[in-house]
Amino acid sequence: MEAVLDVRSVSMNFGGLRALSDVSVTVREGEIVAIIGPNGAGKTTFFNCVTSIYTPSEGEVYFTPRGGTPVRLNGMKPNAVTALGMARTFQNIRLFRNMSVLENVMVARHCRTRAGIFGAIFRPRWVRQEEAEIVRRSYALLRALGLHPWYNELAANLPYGQQRRLEIARALATEPRLLLLDEPAAGMNPQETAALKDLVVRIRDQFGLAILLIEHDMSMVMSLSERIYVMEYGCLIAEGTPQEVRRDPRVIKAYLGEVDHA
Amino acid sequence: MLLTFPLVGVRFNPVENIIQWRWRNLALVGIGAFVLSALWRWALARREMVMVSAAGQSSFRQRSIWDNRTLRWSVGGGVVAGLVVVPWLVSTYQTNIFISFLLYVILGVGLNIVVGVAGLLFLGYAAFYAIGAYAYALLNHYLGWGFWAVLPLGGALAAVAGVLLAFPVLRLRGDYLAIVTLGFGEIVRLVLENWSSFTGGPSGISNIDRPGLFGQELSVAGTNIYIYYIVLAMTLLTLVVAERLKDSRVGRALQALREDEVACQAMGIDRVGVKLMAFGLGTAWAGFAGVIFAAKTTFINPASFTFFESAIILSIVVLGGMGSNWGVILGAAFLVLLPEYLRAFSEYRMILFAVAMVLMMVFRPQGMIPARSRQYPVEDAEREEGGR
Repeated sequence: MEAVLDVRSVSMNFGGLRALSDVSVTVREGEIVAIIGPNGAGKTTFFNCVTSIYTPSEGEVYFTPRGGTPVRLNGMKPNAVTALGMARTFQNIRLFRNMSVLENVMVARHCRTRAGIFGAIFRPRWVRQEEAEIVRRSYALLRALGLHPWYNELAANLPYGQQRRLEIARALATEPRLLLLDEPAAGMNPQETAALKDLVVRIRDQFGLAILLIEHDMSMVMSLSERIYVMEYGCLIAEGTPQEVRRDPRVIKAYLGEVDHA
Repeated sequence: MLLTFPLVGVRFNPVENIIQWRWRNLALVGIGAFVLSALWRWALARREMVMVSAAGQSSFRQRSIWDNRTLRWSVGGGVVAGLVVVPWLVSTYQTNIFISFLLYVILGVGLNIVVGVAGLLFLGYAAFYAIGAYAYALLNHYLGWGFWAVLPLGGALAAVAGVLLAFPVLRLRGDYLAIVTLGFGEIVRLVLENWSSFTGGPSGISNIDRPGLFGQELSVAGTNIYIYYIVLAMTLLTLVVAERLKDSRVGRALQALREDEVACQAMGIDRVGVKLMAFGLGTAWAGFAGVIFAAKTTFINPASFTFFESAIILSIVVLGGMGSNWGVILGAAFLVLLPEYLRAFSEYRMILFAVAMVLMMVFRPQGMIPARSRQYPVEDAEREEGGR
């Protein structure tokens, strides 16, 4: 199957600190891939490199847009990467808090629409149609994620779990091919986590996405992902199916510490 | 009361070398302080209550009567009709006051795009007002250009200046941006003041042509009314454009930029482009207002564009409600019209301003008319989806 995301031995240095070293990750079409690792292993740094918020110090990131050839992302602006078809959510929720729930999703339609200043001022027919289309599609997305009862509410007033959902809805509105979820289950209770798991599978099937997620909740990671990458101190220490990773001695060592006197 | 006692209650009469006890004054101060503090505490308690009840209520925002479209249009139409007939009913002096009120509405709405919608704190707005005014004054003085030719040009020049200023400050936000824009405002004023050979220096430029009406000669009062209508039309245009911008794709991008820059980029919005747009769109209106101002007074000098001017415009926006154009109108009325009609209290004007500002920040930090995010009619979409 075609690789949607191909990260080739990426390293990231912050001054003398090597946050990532020689990390290679591949995500194929329609796959759910997880990255796990202890706190500070460089998972979020890796996300920031992939989405071009940082430019990697070494290595290359290639992304294949829908029906296109692989594009090198190094040094591109984050908004251009989003326009290619990669969307993400954030570990610490970054919603547009003082805008309504619907507007949050409408903002994300930005890169798929084109009305400019003069379109806004004179409102020709095509702009009005475009606006109506934005509202319609955004509302449909809210509906798909069960957020429609709150559509007119300020995003800041949503309960925590719904805010995480809204982040996903907003990311989906950019029509991604690859969705990056940064700890989507953080701070959720077991019921909410289970619902989130179903949601991730459902949006993968419904929107034809590949999904790359960072997660600490092991039950979710093990049952959800098809492949897992394990990171520690900025390096990949293991990769494979959940079963393989679970048995890998290096992973056990990273998570549970070394068995000294066995 | 104990602390003010020696100041208020005791008076030493040096002539007769006796001490006068002024118990009455002391009592007045005591009662006054008591009443004021009771009022203050009552208001604070009431604010807490409102907050608690708001938190407890259902999370849906209440509908306001302004959601009614017919009512909105009829009230708006009534106000506009009233403003159209005003100059024929009142004196030239009153018309002048209204012109300056409307000018401040234009300036406030323009600044609102930058400060209220895009969330970029901007302190040198008067500089762009000056650019518009001097554009007309200089082009008229040296080249003899007319008002109508310069009006769009003044706006365009101010917008270009805004975009040029935006380039170096792209990375700045909040306080830092405020300082840079403050500096820019002062630089423009100082250049105008010191480039005497070109701009006339502190004495400014006089004998600027008034706007022409198909070559007709108008009386002073007639010109005044004519300018009034120009300003009125400009104000309405500004309001319509600003409202439309706010509810558009561009406006949403600006608001998203105010809320969170990183998320904004992650959602596919070009941060640089949108910021440049915010500056250009905001400063253009100051340029228009400047051209009209120069044509109205026929004399301009740098003293009209000091930091105080920027501060007033910013106060209008903050007092009225950031991001809310209707709030700006109210804020302008409060800060421009009220001082004119309360000239009797002019000595206390600054104190009243300060008190109003402090009260505002404590009890209604979102402004007189807070901005509301737009309510979109999605009922249709719901039915359509449900019907599938």
